Amino acid sequence: MPDSFPRTAAAISAALENREFSSVEITRHYLDRIAKIDDELNSYITVCEDRALKQARAADDIRAAGRASILTGVPYANKDIFCTKETRTSCGSRMLDNFIAPYNATVVEHLDREGMVMLGKTNMDEFAMGSSNETSYYGPVRNPWDLERVPGGSSGGSAAAVAAGLAPVATGTDTGGSIRQPAAFCGISGLKPTYGRVSRFGMIAFASSLDQGGPLALTAEDLALMMNVIAGFDERDSTSSERATEDFASKLNDSVEGLRIGVPKEFFDDALDPDIGDCVSAAVEQLEKLGARAREISLASLPLSIPAYYVIAPAECSSNLSRYDGVRYGHRCENPKDLMDLYCRSRAEGFGAEVKRRILVGAYALSSGYYDAYYRKAQQVRRLIKQDFESAFAQVDVIIGPTTPTTAFRVGEHNDDPVSMYLSDIYTTAVNLSGVTSLSVPAGYVDGLPVGMQIIGNYFDEARLLNLAHVYQTVTDWHLRVAPCAA
Amino acid sequence: MSISTDEVKAIARLARLAIDDSAIPGYADQLSRILTFIEQMNQAETDGIEPMAHPLDLNVRLRPDRVTEKNERDLFQAQAPQIKNGLYLVPKVID
Repeated sequence: MPDSFPRTAAAISAALENREFSSVEITRHYLDRIAKIDDELNSYITVCEDRALKQARAADDIRAAGRASILTGVPYANKDIFCTKETRTSCGSRMLDNFIAPYNATVVEHLDREGMVMLGKTNMDEFAMGSSNETSYYGPVRNPWDLERVPGGSSGGSAAAVAAGLAPVATGTDTGGSIRQPAAFCGISGLKPTYGRVSRFGMIAFASSLDQGGPLALTAEDLALMMNVIAGFDERDSTSSERATEDFASKLNDSVEGLRIGVPKEFFDDALDPDIGDCVSAAVEQLEKLGARAREISLASLPLSIPAYYVIAPAECSSNLSRYDGVRYGHRCENPKDLMDLYCRSRAEGFGAEVKRRILVGAYALSSGYYDAYYRKAQQVRRLIKQDFESAFAQVDVIIGPTTPTTAFRVGEHNDDPVSMYLSDIYTTAVNLSGVTSLSVPAGYVDGLPVGMQIIGNYFDEARLLNLAHVYQTVTDWHLRVAPCAA
Repeated sequence: MSISTDEVKAIARLARLAIDDSAIPGYADQLSRILTFIEQMNQAETDGIEPMAHPLDLNVRLRPDRVTEKNERDLFQAQAPQIKNGLYLVPKVID
């Protein structure tokens, strides 16, 4: 067994294949690190030691028998929104504190079939509603770069775990930025696939027309390897794309000569920290040196994406979360006096403040007399945003901008004003509204905190994004920097 | 847009959420701020724009109407807060 282990899934895979160490040994390494430093970070809700070691032993047997796939025996962290048989799936909520799913999410089935090792279930904003991980019933997650700051959200536990070396790769979900924003805040890479690429079966629903699962990792190469495992058509998800999946790693090293990059002027607005803008501009110049051609474009409706998102997402959430009734599963209040009391108190006790706010906004926007003014209007704005992307992708191959307007903010900084928290996703929600794909990669540091560059691609163009991100990572080392608590 | 405390109570009832009277003014204030923010979208000219419900404008797939799942009542009810004889228990609805 070596003194130190490699950090990426690709390197761990190669070392497993060369018998430098076993899956049990690398799994034990991560479990030990979690035990040592996660009290401070709080990135895991549930650590699955027995299950992980059992999976690792099975993976070692598979490899010994010569039947291993690329990621067989490689550990991962699973966002606690993906249902897992025999292990609690809380979704960060008191409502599901006692919930053990009777089935596995399709994503989990894929990861199991690959022979990957689930280290545990990661912390998240309650029902994925939040941009800081502070809305979790299990307490906030801390940013590995500065423990006084948030890791972003809602996949904040997954992002912090990867950044802190508590897992090489992780799953996440992205409804309005929940993979990309925490990836940016924690100095790692994260991909939101095209809507329909990754099955939503067994992924607890927040806003069904926006939710999409995807990977978080240290490198674009690892994102591609993870996509090869989790993507694909699923007949159990009625919105799953029937388009054939592909080898997302096959184009990683392609030349980017002549690639057309659009830089939307709306991304460089007053909200943007100028130092972040400088990092992203420098990254675009670096890509131009590699042969890409950049030009300014416009996404005129982008400033309206957050207002439209905060109608559509709450509307879908208020409908989806009506299933939590205190009757069939989840939290139930004590001594209900009648059925109405059972519903109202079970839900009031089971949900936290942000989830309640969004349910109320959604119920209001959908209520009689307000539907046209809010929900219909938001759906029309959504169409305008989609048309903006269609026009842009008629002229350019990818769109580049910042992932977030600021670096990671302090724990508690936005507690008094939900709207100021919402604006943290100002550059990411348009992607979900239109359904296209986007990733975030590290592109610099401001005052010691990571900066994320967002690369947006047309529908089903993940391989091109991963190619560009990988090429960028071969000429930069931002993604190799190690967070203080992971050193 | 400003939301009154009575409106908050009405929405909370629609959404089946018990909210303490003392918390109602706070919700009224926060929801008013959120709705005021949302109304920025009224700047957009949307006459004649078809509403977009879904990113891929998908047609819902049809499948053959045949049984594919087995009865797993016991497994599902193992999650239920209160059951008896295979039934979910709720407070009495009809006297």
